[in-house]
Amino acid sequence: MLLLSAFAFILILFLITFFYLKGGDFKEMFKGNPDDLNFDEQENKTQGWLFVAFGIGFLLFILFLIFKWGGSLLPEAASVHGADVDSLMLITGIIIIFVFVVTHILLFVLVYKYAFNKNRKPAFFTHNLKLELLWTALPAMVLVVLISVGLYNWNSIMTPLDENDDIVLIELYAKQFDWTARYAGNDGKLGRANVFLIKGSNFLGIDTTDVVAFDDKIVKNEFHLPVNKPVQFVFRAQDVMHSAYMPHFRAQMNCVPGLKTQFNFTPKYTTQEMRRITKNPDFDYILLCNKICGMAHFSMKMKIVVESEEDYNLWLASNQSFKQ
Amino acid sequence: MDITHSEHKHHESFISKYLFSRDHKMIAKQFMITGFTMGFIGIIMSVLFRLQLGWPGEKFLINDLLLGSWANGGVIAPDKYLALVTMHGTIMVFFMLTAGLSGTFSNLLIPLQIGARDMASGFINMLSYWIFFVSCIVMLVSLGVEGGAASSGWTIYPPLSALPEAIPGSGLGMTLWLVSMALFITSSLIGSLNYIVTILNLRTKGMTFTRLPLTIWSFLVTAILGVLSFPVLLSAVLLLVFDRSFGTSFYLSDIYIGGQALERFGGSPILFEHLFWFLGHPEVYIVLLPSLGITSEIVSTMSRKPIFGYKFMIGSILAIGGLSFIVWGHHMFVTGMNPFLGAVFTITTLLIAIPSAIKVFNYLTTLWRGNIIFSPAMLFSIGLISTFITGGLTGLILGDATLDINVHDTYFVVGHFHIVMGLSAVFGTFAGVYHWFPKMFGKMMNNTWGQIHFWITIVTAYGVFFPMHFLGLAGVPRRYYTNSSFPMFDDFVNLNEIISIFAIIAFIGQFIFIFNFLYSIFKGRKASQNPWSSNTLEWTTPVEHIHGNWPGEIPEVHRWPYDYNKPGYEEFIPQNVPLKKGEVESV
Repeated sequence: MLLLSAFAFILILFLITFFYLKGGDFKEMFKGNPDDLNFDEQENKTQGWLFVAFGIGFLLFILFLIFKWGGSLLPEAASVHGADVDSLMLITGIIIIFVFVVTHILLFVLVYKYAFNKNRKPAFFTHNLKLELLWTALPAMVLVVLISVGLYNWNSIMTPLDENDDIVLIELYAKQFDWTARYAGNDGKLGRANVFLIKGSNFLGIDTTDVVAFDDKIVKNEFHLPVNKPVQFVFRAQDVMHSAYMPHFRAQMNCVPGLKTQFNFTPKYTTQEMRRITKNPDFDYILLCNKICGMAHFSMKMKIVVESEEDYNLWLASNQSFKQ
Repeated sequence: MDITHSEHKHHESFISKYLFSRDHKMIAKQFMITGFTMGFIGIIMSVLFRLQLGWPGEKFLINDLLLGSWANGGVIAPDKYLALVTMHGTIMVFFMLTAGLSGTFSNLLIPLQIGARDMASGFINMLSYWIFFVSCIVMLVSLGVEGGAASSGWTIYPPLSALPEAIPGSGLGMTLWLVSMALFITSSLIGSLNYIVTILNLRTKGMTFTRLPLTIWSFLVTAILGVLSFPVLLSAVLLLVFDRSFGTSFYLSDIYIGGQALERFGGSPILFEHLFWFLGHPEVYIVLLPSLGITSEIVSTMSRKPIFGYKFMIGSILAIGGLSFIVWGHHMFVTGMNPFLGAVFTITTLLIAIPSAIKVFNYLTTLWRGNIIFSPAMLFSIGLISTFITGGLTGLILGDATLDINVHDTYFVVGHFHIVMGLSAVFGTFAGVYHWFPKMFGKMMNNTWGQIHFWITIVTAYGVFFPMHFLGLAGVPRRYYTNSSFPMFDDFVNLNEIISIFAIIAFIGQFIFIFNFLYSIFKGRKASQNPWSSNTLEWTTPVEHIHGNWPGEIPEVHRWPYDYNKPGYEEFIPQNVPLKKGEVESV
């Protein structure tokens, strides 16, 4: 509320300034200008100044945001492919900030400089092929770079892992409003499942006659990943669409009823290492739901723990398999 | 067909003049008033859910007053929060910025600027408005039904929107949403057909395509986009109605909900997403292009200088329109769609940066060595150039599949599209209202209050939407009732408060506009025939509206609309002034 009053105060100041600019005459504030196009030159100058002031204020506001919240953005990517995403983000970000700053300076300076002056004769400048081709070609060239790097990364990220390699296969199962993880077990394969088999504690609808399913391990609340080992995720949803979002790993994929989707990444840092990197002893990796899925959408989450392979194996062994 | 002034003065009843008018100028005003009223309701909704986001769980008296059972004890219920978000999006995108913007300015300006007596079909035009009006009523009624209004986001993805068991809003509220949209699409469709036919066939003598004002070019492309894309949404809506009410499975498969497995097989929600975004993306440009057209006109007039690169401007409008049909997949990079398609859509999406860049640089060059008059319309146009740059640039991140993975469906997206399409379109709308108010009501709006309105709006609008990029880069998902379940977002509590405060001031600031608008209609200074010394044909019509627009012959057009300060000639030369001896056409 303190902030609100501060803003209200600024607003009132602003209005009073305008009031005085109009000679302190309240009625004057409602009058239009006598001659429409022949605006008061002073008034035009003021508007030009205001644009410059706005430009500076905008810049200060951005700096304030960076200073205050820049440190609360997502930390360094915790997955192997995430580093590529981050570096592309950096390139794109630099281009964006550069163009943003340059065009805005141009805009505000032009607006300030060419504010109405009755002695100026505006230029009659209708077109210039060279200039226009220049600013067609320039963005095109920048785009070639961005698109090439982007597509190269996209294709490598989206290529599924080979199931026969030494990987971890996990199914993430979404329903209103929680997550379940199912590990493939020793055979490296997930058992069949079907919505018509959902009953009581078998809420994943796993086929109890499928031998492959016997060693599957089902966990809730939190799931663990071994560091530096590729993880293949398969996603299913029970009722409506959900989205498995693991921001620290630069990973996201929707969970769609009737469709199995997939995503894979290799965790790079354990939870402990990430706590040191972020200097936050309470840091935890997290899985959130990022597709509107109903009333309690905002609370649908699961904790992710990344640890050494030995710890991971111990933890996995401590969980019961489906058959048990 | 010559309608002389005296013939016009036959008696008109209130009903035929103000309600079931077939005059495009009156229909434009009807669209404007209805669209703005809907927009006002949409803004109120955003303020209410911003209260919840800024101060989660706190009680507000205004919630009790306005929301009643949606906010028991003054706190919005979680599912009703989603209903507010959904209805805010729907109302703003469709009712305010599609019908309110296109409906108003296409109707007002197409006949006036191309030199036509009226729309090709006045009756269809009237029908278009009244179907739109009914669809507004149905949408508003849906706010009051049992279970609440539709709550699955304005994109209404099934199965959430298909199954009442999934969320209460997917009951009767959703049915009414679908009915309302079907009506809306019908209205938009016949309206757009009318615009296209009028522009193609009723241009006055000499009004060739390279002499059309850029406003008309943008309205033409907008209407074509609407005609080609809205029917696809209609089919999506109808299939959803079938799934909801008649037991089909177009979008449903393998679903277990409400304690039982549904006997629905083979459908796919992804199909809905494809159909929805096939409209949804062109829709972005349906909202944006008219604003860009309006801005082009105002920037040129108020800089007293021809628009730079007229033909490149037309080319970029056409390019944006064409590309908008092959980029819809960038909304679906992480839906499980084939990654190959993701790659294709990345290429097509990023290409849109080229025509957008052309437009921005051409605007800047138009300002260069101009003589800028800061009417409120010009201020909003400059604001639009700024928001178009700011919002457009972040599109480079969202359009790139690799980068989209991590910011998809976060506040980064909310910030991006509110700036590039929301603010730009709203600024274009305001610019249009300030600029053509004298044409609509024969009165002038107050400049000082217009300037105050602009400065409050641009400062608070950036204050609301710019910080959202930071939230998005921190991974905060959109459509969350509160972020309190995730300690990692605790740092942003203050930022959310600041955003909400800006939103409240932005809302209050709009009352300046409403006041100025209403005051000027009744008490404003009388407008002269051509208050902005503009070249386009609408300023050759009399200030008092008459049927048929021109009392005598329709003027003939001899030149493009941007002859401002042509060396050796008058300060401005309206389009209907013949070329002088030895004068060369400028383009």
